[in-house]
Amino acid sequence: MMTTDQRLGILFQLYQSLLVVLLAPLLTGWVNQCRAWLQNRTGPGLMQPYRTLRKLFHKDAVMAYNASPLFRVTPYILFGCMWLAAAIIPIIAVDLPFSPAADVIALVGVFALARVFIALAAMDIGTAFGTLGARREMLVSFLAEPALLMVFFTASLISHSTQLPRIVEALAHHQFVLYPSLAFAGLAFVIVLLAENARIPVDNPGTHLELTMIHEAMILEYSARHLALVEWASSLKLFAYIAIGIALFVPYGIAEVGNWGALPQAIIALLVKLTLAGAALALLEALLAKMRIFRAPEFLGTAFLLAVLGLLIHFLLGA
Amino acid sequence: MTYTIQIINMLASMLLLIAFAMLSQRRILSLINLFAWQGLVLSLSTFVVAYSTDQHHLYYSAGLTLLLKVLVLPWLLHRLIRKLNVRWDVETLINIPTTMLVGIGLVIFAFNLAAPISQLSESITRGLIGIALASVLLSLLMMLTRRKAVPQVVGFLAMENGLFFAATSATHGMPLVVELGIALDVLVATFIFGIFFFQIRETFDSLDISNMEKLKDD
Repeated sequence: MMTTDQRLGILFQLYQSLLVVLLAPLLTGWVNQCRAWLQNRTGPGLMQPYRTLRKLFHKDAVMAYNASPLFRVTPYILFGCMWLAAAIIPIIAVDLPFSPAADVIALVGVFALARVFIALAAMDIGTAFGTLGARREMLVSFLAEPALLMVFFTASLISHSTQLPRIVEALAHHQFVLYPSLAFAGLAFVIVLLAENARIPVDNPGTHLELTMIHEAMILEYSARHLALVEWASSLKLFAYIAIGIALFVPYGIAEVGNWGALPQAIIALLVKLTLAGAALALLEALLAKMRIFRAPEFLGTAFLLAVLGLLIHFLLGA
Repeated sequence: MTYTIQIINMLASMLLLIAFAMLSQRRILSLINLFAWQGLVLSLSTFVVAYSTDQHHLYYSAGLTLLLKVLVLPWLLHRLIRKLNVRWDVETLINIPTTMLVGIGLVIFAFNLAAPISQLSESITRGLIGIALASVLLSLLMMLTRRKAVPQVVGFLAMENGLFFAATSATHGMPLVVELGIALDVLVATFIFGIFFFQIRETFDSLDISNMEKLKDD
């Protein structure tokens, strides 16, 4: 027999997963809307990603003749990976039943799995753009991944655990301490977030200009429901990254172990933080200029450097 | 009390971060701005140390730092590069990622070197000696990797910042007379460097130090 706590846990796990899937396009819409405002445009409105998804799901899918099964299953794997990642991260409460399933290193692995599949699918058709996009994606991500791991290690050193719920526990529900090492890790994380989610200094999510696109080049061959799933997965990825950022650097408000009464407050805190993070992301993108692709290694090298400095400073100062 | 330590630690980390930012900077103008920021962080940390240890002469040295390193020296340097017309000089130097990696190596070296020294100290902020040493070494690295004269001088001044930070954080400052002497030295050094710049450019038509290798007697 399950205890009430376990049942509640499963219930909230389902609730969080649904919430994430439904909110993710809204977050993308909000970021796009903020960008439009900052560029003095009216913007398509917050609901535009939902409308796009609905339109795409109603269309008939077109496939290239030489598409292999890999190309066909990739959108589902991509969506599944991102959803799983979002289920592992403590977004509204720390003791959800899924959370102990994987620690931060496995989380990085889940992202890597999705990346490998999308890159393979991009090369599957054999068009020049797909291959080009996949190669660029790999160039960016193989530099971003170690930086992300270092960010996680810094947080893990402080909380003595690689489990995200334990990290949140240690940071949010104890006395407030100013961690210089976490500040470094935070800067590094922002750079990784920009690079991994195809945001502006590395990639431009709104362009189809062949010389600059990375993510868009990989998904050019997808259409209809496959494209919808890929787009949705990108929204979920952005959501997951921002949720990780919240869990590591501003975890205040996430409900504690067994404290189910704090959930409404946690959801409000989450919405406020997402709104702020989305606006900040749009502002950052408005302020930065797209950099040349060969500057990206230097940019991500900076992220790695910052994360390593965070680690070193943790060892030196013990904070 | 614990909060002041946390703030000093935070400022120390910022000092190190700015040292790295200077190392990665290509433009001379931004380099000077970063130097001014480093001075501001230094002044703030001196102020916090003064507040937490209740030593009045440190307030003076915080004020002196603010005046000299945030206002006067950057202003002098700005004027200098405007006169020399090297404001937008993009320097060519050995590639920046490599320099950064060497920088990380230096930081690890400095932290290890400082660890036994800090154990001797009774002070609350003894962990900071490592950071101060690291910023001194990073500034030295900047002086070594730059080819133009102005960034080398900024590196020299940044090195003095690191030493000053070590002095205030680890030993709660030197006697005021010594600090005044150093401040005057730095100021005079900047003036002399300024004159040197003009002489170098007059002779070689460029601020590239490698030209000076040709001054040999044959």
